[in-house]
Amino acid sequence: MGKKFGIKEVVAMGIGTALFVVLTTVQIPIGIPNTALQVRAAVLAFMSAVYGPVVGGVIGFAGHALGDAVFYGGVWWSWVFPDALFGIVVGLFVKKFAITTGGFDKAKMILFNIVQVVGNALAWIVLAPVLDILIYAEAPGKVFLQGAGAFLGNIIIVGVLGTLIGAVYSKTGAKNSSLQKED
Amino acid sequence: MAKLLTYEEKDTAIHRLSGFTKMFFFLMWSLISMLTYDTRVLIVMIIISLISYKFSHTDWRQVATVFKLLCFFLSINIIAVFVIAPYEGCNIYGTRTDLFHIAGMYYMTAEQLFYEINIILKYVTIVPAVLIFIVTTNPSEFAASLNKLGVSYNISYAIAIALRYIPDVQDDYTKIKHAQEARGIEMSAKAKLKDRILNISAIIFPLVFSSMERIDVVSNAMELRGFGKHKKRTWYTGKQLTKADYAVIIFTTILSIAAMVITYYDGNRFYNPFILP
Repeated sequence: MGKKFGIKEVVAMGIGTALFVVLTTVQIPIGIPNTALQVRAAVLAFMSAVYGPVVGGVIGFAGHALGDAVFYGGVWWSWVFPDALFGIVVGLFVKKFAITTGGFDKAKMILFNIVQVVGNALAWIVLAPVLDILIYAEAPGKVFLQGAGAFLGNIIIVGVLGTLIGAVYSKTGAKNSSLQKED
Repeated sequence: MAKLLTYEEKDTAIHRLSGFTKMFFFLMWSLISMLTYDTRVLIVMIIISLISYKFSHTDWRQVATVFKLLCFFLSINIIAVFVIAPYEGCNIYGTRTDLFHIAGMYYMTAEQLFYEINIILKYVTIVPAVLIFIVTTNPSEFAASLNKLGVSYNISYAIAIALRYIPDVQDDYTKIKHAQEARGIEMSAKAKLKDRILNISAIIFPLVFSSMERIDVVSNAMELRGFGKHKKRTWYTGKQLTKADYAVIIFTTILSIAAMVITYYDGNRFYNPFILP
């Protein structure tokens, strides 16, 4: 994975963004009003963990902005940047996860989950509320409550679905380790 | 699957503008509506974007679903602001004028009402700009305009791919969902939370893996055609800027500067009608 930014990364940004946009409205309600598990967060975490911080950041940013635009006709900028940040944070550890080389084992899943919890905390408990206050002058109590809701929902869905996708893909889609040395 | 906004071919003044111009307008509008809290500026911006919306001859049916969704989320947000912080408006404008009593600690104040109207205006200002941009800009031209704005062509091209493949991925999603439902997997709220996550993964897994395959196929095809060989590229759908484009760009720039001057003239970004004598 030492090579520079290639064609595959360009396409991964494109298709990943399309995937993220399509999944904008796919949410799992958890019974608390106005809060749902965002399935796309798991996909973003997975794509970032496979293709790195630039791809993750672009998918988070462009996917959220485009998804907002085509489904809701407006762009909630204060929530676009946190998704980009989350993609970047998870993507920074791309080499450690070794998903594409088939080495996504227990220890790496634990690392993946530590990173995703930290990334989600930075994105939804720090960045999103701060931007909401700066841009929309919203009341701190309200935005931090909202951010905490998004944080909880995302760590659940990324922890369950994101880890699962990574594990299964690492097992089936891996290329480097599908050859085994014969004894 | 919810209906989403899509480009529709028409021949209007707005359609003829370059994607670069429309994107510039949209970005400036976003930027100003983020910065300003000045009611007068916001109202002028809404009027201008509504006029340009009118010129784009967009039919109501193209945007109706999206607009209803937007209103729904906006009202939830507005109510949440009031329930959690009923006196935020008083904090900002520094006075308190009770209008009527609602229940318990909740009083409706003129300041809160004005503050929430401003929030609505801030959100709504960019809506016509977004609608115009998505409905009147050819997706392939979108990439060309991003590139013109200074975004690297790799990323611009990625956005072009995204726009090109959104319908395909959406199609995949619907097909997989129907197939899984035919197998008897419950997607509605009747299932338990744990089951619902498992059931949704029955769609997500095939969808993600088919997308990963698509990435391979598309990147191989691009590699064969020598994508990324040169530092620059030309765009098949890129438009030259015309006189109308320059006019719009200059007009938008002047307006943006004026908006900033008016907003920050008195030292803060709120327009406060409550302290006037």
